[in-house]
Amino acid sequence: MSTAPHHSSLVVNGERRDVLAPASTTLLEVLRGPLELTGTKRGCNHGVCGACTVLIDGKLARACLTLAADVGEHPVVTIEGIADERGLSRVQRALVEAGAVQCGFCTPGFVMALTSLLDSRPQPSADDIREALSGNLCRCSGYIKIVEAAIRLAEGEGA
Amino acid sequence: MPDPTTAAPARAIGASPPRLEAADKASGRARYVDDVRLPGMLHAALLTSPHAHARIVGYRLDVARAISGVKAIVTGADLTGPRAGGIIKDESMVARGKVRYVGEPVAAVAAIDAETAERAAAAIGVDYEPLEAVLTIDEALADAAPILHEEFAGYVKTIDGGAGNVVFESSVTEGDVDAAFAQCPFVVEGTWETQAQHHLYMETNGCVADVDATGKITLHVTCQSVHHVQQRVAEELGEPMARVRAIATRVGGGFGGKHASNIHSIAAWLARAARRPVKLVLSRTQDFEVQRSRHPARIWMRTGARADGTILARDVRIEIDGGAYADESPPVLAFALLMSRGPYRIPNVRARGRAVYTNKLRAGSFRGFGNPQASFAGESQIDDLAQRLGMDSVELRMLNAMQPGSTAFGGQPVASCVLRECLARVRDAQRGASPLPPRAGRRRGVGFAVMSHVSGLMGTAASVQLRSDGSVSLSTGCVDLGQGSDTVMVQICADALLLPMERISYSPQDSDASPYNWKTAGSRSTYMTGRAVAVATVEMRKRMFDHAAELIECSTEDLELRPGGMVGLKGVPLEVSFKQIALRSLFQAGGPISGTHGFVFDGPGFDPKRAAVDRLAFANLGVYTFGAHCVEVDVDEGTGAVEVRRAWCAHDVGRAINPASCEGQIQGGFVQGMGYALTEAMHWNDEGWLTTVTLADYKIPGVLDSPVEIHAFVLEDPDPSHPVGAKGIGEPSLVGAAPAIANAIRDAVGARVRKLPMIPERVLDAIDSAT
Repeated sequence: MSTAPHHSSLVVNGERRDVLAPASTTLLEVLRGPLELTGTKRGCNHGVCGACTVLIDGKLARACLTLAADVGEHPVVTIEGIADERGLSRVQRALVEAGAVQCGFCTPGFVMALTSLLDSRPQPSADDIREALSGNLCRCSGYIKIVEAAIRLAEGEGA
Repeated sequence: MPDPTTAAPARAIGASPPRLEAADKASGRARYVDDVRLPGMLHAALLTSPHAHARIVGYRLDVARAISGVKAIVTGADLTGPRAGGIIKDESMVARGKVRYVGEPVAAVAAIDAETAERAAAAIGVDYEPLEAVLTIDEALADAAPILHEEFAGYVKTIDGGAGNVVFESSVTEGDVDAAFAQCPFVVEGTWETQAQHHLYMETNGCVADVDATGKITLHVTCQSVHHVQQRVAEELGEPMARVRAIATRVGGGFGGKHASNIHSIAAWLARAARRPVKLVLSRTQDFEVQRSRHPARIWMRTGARADGTILARDVRIEIDGGAYADESPPVLAFALLMSRGPYRIPNVRARGRAVYTNKLRAGSFRGFGNPQASFAGESQIDDLAQRLGMDSVELRMLNAMQPGSTAFGGQPVASCVLRECLARVRDAQRGASPLPPRAGRRRGVGFAVMSHVSGLMGTAASVQLRSDGSVSLSTGCVDLGQGSDTVMVQICADALLLPMERISYSPQDSDASPYNWKTAGSRSTYMTGRAVAVATVEMRKRMFDHAAELIECSTEDLELRPGGMVGLKGVPLEVSFKQIALRSLFQAGGPISGTHGFVFDGPGFDPKRAAVDRLAFANLGVYTFGAHCVEVDVDEGTGAVEVRRAWCAHDVGRAINPASCEGQIQGGFVQGMGYALTEAMHWNDEGWLTTVTLADYKIPGVLDSPVEIHAFVLEDPDPSHPVGAKGIGEPSLVGAAPAIANAIRDAVGARVRKLPMIPERVLDAIDSAT
């Protein structure tokens, strides 16, 4: 592993951010460290739990498995870039209102996964929703209220 | 408390408002421990033991010390004070003299960045003299077994009852068990085994320790109690508690795993030595290796009944594997014994048990606290008994169920009991549901389990103060682990004042400022701290009424609370606002208005006339709660794989302060219990290395593994000892899952699986041995 500093220029939540970090640095480390975007969580650092989920080029990605140096010009959206001008996005509001947020550590990852699903498929079925959330682990909720929130969104609530 | 003044309009209790902190969490703003960054902060790294059991002969620190950027190192050689811990003080923040499990912290380094700290930790040399290790209960109990704690007799203990590798031994007996079995024509007997489960809170453990110019230490910490962390760190650093302060960050789950503090002292020690802030946040692998597990257990149980199904006797032996340090082993064993009767009226019961040391990670507190192990055996055996009797298992449960006025095992009276209602609710709901279509190659089964639990324990307090605009500031020591206690406390306070919740602020937990709370544990927050909040708020309200009476010039008896922060004269529109009352108190007369209340659980203890209780580590427990689960499973005939299709879970909560949060606790607890039943297991190899150290090796349920339907039924039977009738729901929802699933598997394929997790091989083996 190289420890020599490597210059990366990232576009995160619409802003250009320059970072000097070893080439082995992950996107998660850059986001949580120098960029101080700590809403993206480190749950396992092995790409299993989904707490570090971000969007790169509009596609879901594990920030813990992505090298910052590989991101290049592809725009990155983190949980901090999800809220709209009214405050929380409709996905965030739906999770809050459904009582789907317990300890909250997994919640940013679920917000990213649901946001991505609804962007690509505004009216997903319950099975689509469960499939789309299958890469995110939650230890508190048993998933029932998260899926209920997503079903309400699919039915057009909170638009 | 009867209170006619608050009998009116839309109430905060019983509503399910959005959680106070949910928007912060959903937006990524909520600050968890690893999100804390302080100026000049150093990073800590651990060096851990490669041996399951070895004597430490010496340390070589020169190479590590010479690395540029290293600011402090701690090893066991630096620790000179007494050992720390809970009921048996056998631990130290880093190993001293010996290591007793692979992964045990041996040394720690603070350096300018994480990479330097890790390099330096790896450069520390430790000379070991390896010792023979014991990895199972049987090895620990064998004659001539190597002894883990040679100094055990000299440890400080709040309770005696162990020797050799036995941490603790205990028993509870009611009636004459041997004579009663002679009256039982139907007797069933079996042995059950359960595994180590990891809590797998999504946020790993950690803290940031800061230090001021005088050396006072402040910890920003993920924990289940700031007062416990303060006490433990002060104890390990040899500081008065006035020189150690703990402030809770947002906590990303606990489930008992953050119940006792073990690593926080390391960061505090390094911060004090380096005179700079130090962050220590565990990686997921370290969290698996150094935290704690649920106790693996072996349970032998025998139950006898008359031909009509009346259960007369039960005999139980429980052995639990406590790992290398005592932690919560004595109370977990004691609670498992107390729960081993199940929620049944069995007049003759003998439960004996012991907890042993082994050279593995410590086992400790985990949602259910011994009850999941005892109930897996007990509720499986009830189904075995029903089969032997030729009786429906639900009928057998109904026949023997505890009722209002029954006594718990140990002799404590139980005033309120809705066990039969819970069981009827899940049975009727399952019967009434449209059947799921059958699937080729799968056999469908239905299983039931019932359980009791307690809600109570120890001390807590609350403080409430009136602010100058009529807002209210509420403070407790109850850390919200994600279950929703912040919101529940504010709901209880708001309800007693008829005040909108947004007019009440709730303080984060700070050991220097928050009223004492033992821990967020034992399903006790809503019951214990909720009681304190209710009484403190009513006390403040009385003082507010004194001021209102002076302002209006009337008697306090003629006053009533009105919604929105008003106190009015009954029968007429005349009223004064909380603001007027506050301003009078602050600037004219009386002084600032507040209310406080603190207490220790004050319910009945064991009855020595009824039960022989040998060393239980508690004098009284709490109020009793009850519940019932029903599950439908599909078992794959070819592979033995088990899928839980639907679940119905009914729980007695006394009174639901926040019904949505109760449902969340029930659904989440069920799925965590399902993981325990089917997939989760920590494995150690023959050398004592934990091999399940990532989320890829340790399988917790994802959404596709979890049932699409988990119907949570919240039953309310207000508890008379709580001002608003509430009891806890944190733990019971996990307890019933494993036995209900085991019973459903037996219903599906006619085979009894007696070992957790019920992985496909064990299911197939059980089918083979049943045919």
